[in-house]
Amino acid sequence: MRMTPVTRSSHHRVGFDTIFHGLLWVCAVLVLASLGGLILLMATGGWQAFTAFGLDFFTRTSWNPVKDIYGVLAPLLGTVVSTIIAMLIAVPMAFGTAFWLVYIASSRFASIVGTTIQLLAAVPSIIFGMWGFQTIVPFIARDVQPFLNHHFRHTPILGPILSGPPVGTGLVTAGIILAMMIAPFITAVMVDVFGAVPPMLRESAYGLGATRWEMMRKIVVPWSRNGMIGAIVLGMGRALGETMAVTFIIGNVTSVGWSLFAPRSTVASLIALQFPESPAGSLRLSSLMALGFILMVLSCVSLVLARLLRGKRS
Amino acid sequence: MNNVESTSFMMARDCWRPSRKAMWRRLCNNCATGASVAAGSVLLLVLVSILWTLLRRGLEGLSWATLTHTMGPPGSGGGLANAIIGSLIQTGLALLMAAPVGLMCGIYLSEYGRKGNYFASGVRFVADVLMSAPSILIGLFIYQLLVVPMGHFSGFAGALALAVLALPLIVRTTEDMLRLVPTAMREAGAALGAARWRVIIFLCLRSARKGVLTGILLALARMGGETAPLLFTSLGNQTMSTAMNRPMASLPIAIYQYAGASYEDWVQLAWTGALLVTFGVLLINITVRLSSRH
Repeated sequence: MRMTPVTRSSHHRVGFDTIFHGLLWVCAVLVLASLGGLILLMATGGWQAFTAFGLDFFTRTSWNPVKDIYGVLAPLLGTVVSTIIAMLIAVPMAFGTAFWLVYIASSRFASIVGTTIQLLAAVPSIIFGMWGFQTIVPFIARDVQPFLNHHFRHTPILGPILSGPPVGTGLVTAGIILAMMIAPFITAVMVDVFGAVPPMLRESAYGLGATRWEMMRKIVVPWSRNGMIGAIVLGMGRALGETMAVTFIIGNVTSVGWSLFAPRSTVASLIALQFPESPAGSLRLSSLMALGFILMVLSCVSLVLARLLRGKRS
Repeated sequence: MNNVESTSFMMARDCWRPSRKAMWRRLCNNCATGASVAAGSVLLLVLVSILWTLLRRGLEGLSWATLTHTMGPPGSGGGLANAIIGSLIQTGLALLMAAPVGLMCGIYLSEYGRKGNYFASGVRFVADVLMSAPSILIGLFIYQLLVVPMGHFSGFAGALALAVLALPLIVRTTEDMLRLVPTAMREAGAALGAARWRVIIFLCLRSARKGVLTGILLALARMGGETAPLLFTSLGNQTMSTAMNRPMASLPIAIYQYAGASYEDWVQLAWTGALLVTFGVLLINITVRLSSRH
């Protein structure tokens, strides 16, 4: 008699625990479903373009809505090159900033500066676009490009790469803005990675008479190489898919060429710009979806790479 | 000759003059230090420059009329009221959708998905993929999922796109924060006879509530400034509209539409909107970071 209520109530509890567990499980499945749906809908949406153009889709340079013929080589190259430029600028900056924050600045100062730099990562990307258009584009057009055009126009190899119409928009400008956007992000991960180096190792380096830079180069960098590469690849993933900032400053011309200073387009900016003119069900929209699918694959690959390189320490 | 050189070298070492090698090492160290301080300063300078540009261009357009008038044709003295309201509605609704699901998924990963649960590690990985997915693709996804079947753009689609964007952020911070709760706390709760759900909600979640709230607020700040997912879902609207099944205005879209316009007052509105969005987003970030430090 006295046992009954206890078992009943524990029964009740087990029941609610199961329901609770089930509810949580459903939410976890929702997360899976949203990524699955994203990839699936992108693939089915782009199917029409993939079947219509086949492999030519990847090698054709023209994006021609008039003839309804689409090729993705121009925006793909734009994305890849602008990302490479961004990485070339952002990685040394992030490395230097993390070095400064972790090993040079005093800890109070570093925490203030670190927080401020993280605020830069929180600035919406459209604001970066407007700021870049307001400050960087005129600077490139007025100061950098005339100089380059004047000095390198007739140089054999560098000439075609560095010269271009002095409009200020283009791959380099986009690369600079992208670098400013991802550098705080890479810095944050690098600060974590550098902070995880065992103090004993650093102190032994100092004990042997190493300077700070030697300690950094010979102890910290080898120790945290994987983490650093992981941070870089994660930053790359961000740069690949960045849309709004790039749309403002890349110039949005679908063409292929050697010049780094001519207006180009990227995958994401092309999607954003062409979408309003692409009616539902058209081949044009399907091509945009296919572009989106390619972008998703690139982003997934960079994340998996980052994971593999970073190991299980994260 | 050789002898003379070696004596001079000896003398140099005796009176503690640094050798060439030591000078070189010191020079390298100083250069590296200088370069890294410069790199950090450039980033700080960029932030200052952005804020300065926003204040310089945006402040002159900030008036009561801007905040209370709806958008209108150029020269008619339009404001941003409908965009502000639309942004608030969409981010609010998105948060209402994303926060419970994200919270529960985070709880699942932390409480039921420890080592050896392959389903949970799969979900964790998927959340990471979703977090790094370009936001424009989330817009395309919701466009295919909702806008095409329904046949028109809608504020609800915009809110759903923002929710998908915020979901992985909330999931991962919730999980990380719950993992910080010591196991002893869970054991103590279980030892007192509390059911598992009770332990999770009233002990773990309660002691981690500050961190969880931080994650949700940061997700809110992230959503507030996003433009790309809204382009294909809620589209933007020139008039005041609070109907969820109609196209809805939002601040980032208004900025995007107006920034490239050739009318002076529209460009001014774009800068003012940019100022509002940025300071809103940064304000949330600063509050969260300051309060989480103590």
